[in-house]
Amino acid sequence: MSIGHESGVWPSLGETLHVLTFQGGFNTSVVLVGVTLLGVAAGLVGTFAVLRRRALMSDTLSHATLPGITLAFIVAVMLGASGRSLPVLLAGAALSGILGVLTVQFISRHTRLPEDAAMGAVLSVFFGLGFVMLSYIQTMATGEQGGIGKFIYGQTATMGVTDATVIGIVALGTTLASLLLFKEFRLVCFDPDYATVLGWRISLIDLAMMALVVAVTVVGLRAVGLILVIALVVIPPAAARFWTERLWVMAVVAALLGGLSGYLGAAASALFPRFPAGGIIVLVAGFFFLLSLLFAPARGVLAAGFRQLRLRRDIASQHLLRGLFEAGEAGGGEVVPAAALRSRVHGPAARLALARLTWQGLIARRPDGLRLTPKGREEALRITRNHRLWEQFLMAYADLAPSHVDHSADLVEHVLSSDMVEELERQLKARGRLPRHAGPPPSPHPLASGA
Amino acid sequence: MPITLASFLQIDLPAMLAALLATVSCGLLGNFLVLRRQSLMGDAISHAVLPGIVLAFLFWGSRATWPMFFGAACAGVLAAVIIELVRRLGRLDSGTAMGVVFSVFFAGGVVLMEQAAAHAVDLDADCVLYGQLEDILWLAPTGLASLLEPAVWADMPREVTTLALTLAVVSAVVLLFYKELKLTSFDPELATTLGFPAGLFNVLLMVLVAAVAVAAFEAVGSILVIAMFICPAAAARLFTDRLGRQIWLSLGFAVVAALGGYLLAASAPLWAGVPSALAASGMIAVVAGALLGVAVLFAPRYGALARAMRLGELAEARERAAAEPLATNLSNR
Repeated sequence: MSIGHESGVWPSLGETLHVLTFQGGFNTSVVLVGVTLLGVAAGLVGTFAVLRRRALMSDTLSHATLPGITLAFIVAVMLGASGRSLPVLLAGAALSGILGVLTVQFISRHTRLPEDAAMGAVLSVFFGLGFVMLSYIQTMATGEQGGIGKFIYGQTATMGVTDATVIGIVALGTTLASLLLFKEFRLVCFDPDYATVLGWRISLIDLAMMALVVAVTVVGLRAVGLILVIALVVIPPAAARFWTERLWVMAVVAALLGGLSGYLGAAASALFPRFPAGGIIVLVAGFFFLLSLLFAPARGVLAAGFRQLRLRRDIASQHLLRGLFEAGEAGGGEVVPAAALRSRVHGPAARLALARLTWQGLIARRPDGLRLTPKGREEALRITRNHRLWEQFLMAYADLAPSHVDHSADLVEHVLSSDMVEELERQLKARGRLPRHAGPPPSPHPLASGA
Repeated sequence: MPITLASFLQIDLPAMLAALLATVSCGLLGNFLVLRRQSLMGDAISHAVLPGIVLAFLFWGSRATWPMFFGAACAGVLAAVIIELVRRLGRLDSGTAMGVVFSVFFAGGVVLMEQAAAHAVDLDADCVLYGQLEDILWLAPTGLASLLEPAVWADMPREVTTLALTLAVVSAVVLLFYKELKLTSFDPELATTLGFPAGLFNVLLMVLVAAVAVAAFEAVGSILVIAMFICPAAAARLFTDRLGRQIWLSLGFAVVAALGGYLLAASAPLWAGVPSALAASGMIAVVAGALLGVAVLFAPRYGALARAMRLGELAEARERAAAEPLATNLSNR
C-alpha cells in the first residue's frame, strides 16, 4: 500500500531528504504535491465548516459518496466504458454525497428527529447501500473491481500523474473560491442573523460552503479514503482554532497544518513500506492537534491554566495587601502576624503572591509576621481605595446591605480598570459619598481585627 | 445453490441469528441514544474501537473473543472520555471534538492493522468495516433431528453466543435501570436534582454502546452497526410519544430489518439475476433505512406528509379567519 520499496525497514537520511525535497522520483513528487495541495484546500474549507459546526455533516457526506461511486462504476461498465475513469467515479461520488446532505436536511427540517440522528442514519444507510452494490460489483464479469477499494481506504501508492493533477486542480479551485467568498463565509459563521438582516441568502451561502466541502472530500477520497477524509477537513481547523481569535489567521494556520500533514504523511508513506498514507496523514494531523490543544498560546490548555493561575495570584496579592492595610487601620501594629491573615489568603496562589510581593519589595518579612514597606503601603492604599469605592457604589446603586457588600465587592474589584475607578470616583463625589481627603473612604462594615 | 434443510441450518440460520441478535441489541440501546441526541456517539465509538481490536489481536495473536472484546471496550470508553476532555479543555463543539477523536483513533487502527497484516495473520480492514455475516457457520446440525442433541448446540458459532450474551446483559441492564435511563434521557437536570447521577448513567450507556458495537461489529461491521443503532429507534420515534411503546416498536423494526435484509440479500440470485448472494449486512442497513424512510414520509402524526397537510390546513384556516371580518365589514358598510 505504499509507494516505496519493500526492502529496508528504516530509510536512510539521504532517502528521506530526497523524498522530502521532491527528488524521490517523478511519481512520488507529483503525489506529494497533490496531497499537500489537498491538505491546504481542506484546511481552508474546513475552517468555515468547523466554525459553522458542520464537522459531522462532512463525515456524513464522505460516507454517503460510496453508493455514488459504485453506481457510477456499474453504469460505466454496463455502457461498455471503463469503470476506472476517475471523472466518472468522482461525479457519482459528488452526486450521492450531495443527495445524502439534502436527505439529512429534509429529515431534520420536516420531522421531529434531531439532526444527529438524521446524519447517523443517512451515513450508515448510504454506506450500506454502497456496500450492497459493491458486493454486486464483485459478481460482475470485469477485471476492474480492485479499483473501488482504494476509494474506501485511500491509496497514494497507485496514484498516477492524472490523479494527482485532478486533485491539485480541484484543490487550487476550492482554495480560490473560499478566498473569494471569505467575507460571506465569515458573516455566516459568526452572525447568521445579521447576515439575514443584511439581505443575504444564508441557505445559498451554506450551499456554496457545502459544495466546496463536497469538492475537497470527493478528490480527497482517492488519497486518504472516504472514512478518513473527514479528518483533513476537521482536524487542522480544530487545531488552528487554538492559536488565534482571528478568522484569517485561523484559516492560514489551518491551511498550513493541513498542507504539512498531507506533505509529511505522503512522504512517510513513500518512505516506509506498510504505512498507509491515509492513516499516517490523519495521525500527523492528530499530532498537530494535540500540540495545539496543549501548547498554543491563545487558547491552549497550558496557556489557559497559566493565565488562571496568574489571575488567582494577582487576586491573592490584592487581598494580602488590603488585609495588611486594614489590620493597621483597625489599630494593630505595623507588623501583622501571618496567622491573622490566614482566613483571608491561603493556598498555593497565596504563597505565590506572598513570594512575589516580598521579591517586589512591597512586603517585608519579619520574624513575628509581615509588614508593609512604604512602597507596599502606597499600593495597598490604592487597592483598599478601589475596594471601598466599589463598596460605596454597590451600596448607593445596588442597595446592598453594608454587612454583605464586602464579599460582593471582592468578586468584581480585581478586574476594575483605571477608567472605571475614575468614573466611580466622579459619580460617588457627585452624590457626596466620598470624604474630602485623598485616602480611602472609611469601611462601611466592621473590619476583621487583623491583629 | 439449491437450498436444503441442512444448508439452511448450517449457513442461513446462524447468520440470521447473529443479524437478529445484533440488530435487536443495537435497536434497544438506540432508543436512548436518539432521545439523548447522542446518535453520533454510537458512530464515534464504533469507529474508535478499531485500534483496541487490532492491539488486542496483535498482543494475543488470535481472534479469541474476550481479548478482542476487552481491547475494543477499552478503546471505546477511552475515546468517549477523550472526546469529552477535548470538548471541555479545548472549548470545541461536540461535533468537532468527535470528528477529531474518532478519526484519529480509526487512523491509528488502520495503520496498526497494516502492521498486523505484516505478520501474515487473518485480520483485514474489510471484515472490520463490513463484518462477515456470511462467514458465520454452524457446521454441527445435519437435520431437524440433530437439533435435539446438546453437542450440536455446544457447537454454536462463537459470534452468535457472544451476541446472545450481550443481548441478555443489555436487556437486563435496561430493565433494571429503566426508570433511571428514562428520566436521565428526558430531563437530566431534574434527574440530578432528584439525586440520580445523570453523569453516571451516561457513562453506563456509553459502556453498553461500546460493548454492543464490539459484539456486533464482527457480524455487521463498524459502520453498518450505526444504522442498527439509529434507524429502528428513529423510525419508532416518529410513530409514538410513549417510550415503552417506542422501544417495542423499534425492536419490531429491528427484527424486520434483520430478517428482511438477510432474506433479500440471500435471495438476490432469484430477483436480481446475480450469480451469488449480495452483502447481507449492507442489505440489513438498507432495509432499516427504508423503514426509516417510510416513517419519515408517512408516519401518521410526525411524518413529513402529515406535517405538510397540517401546515396546509393551518394556512387555510388562517386565510379563512383573515377573510371573515373583512366580509362582515364590507356588508356592514
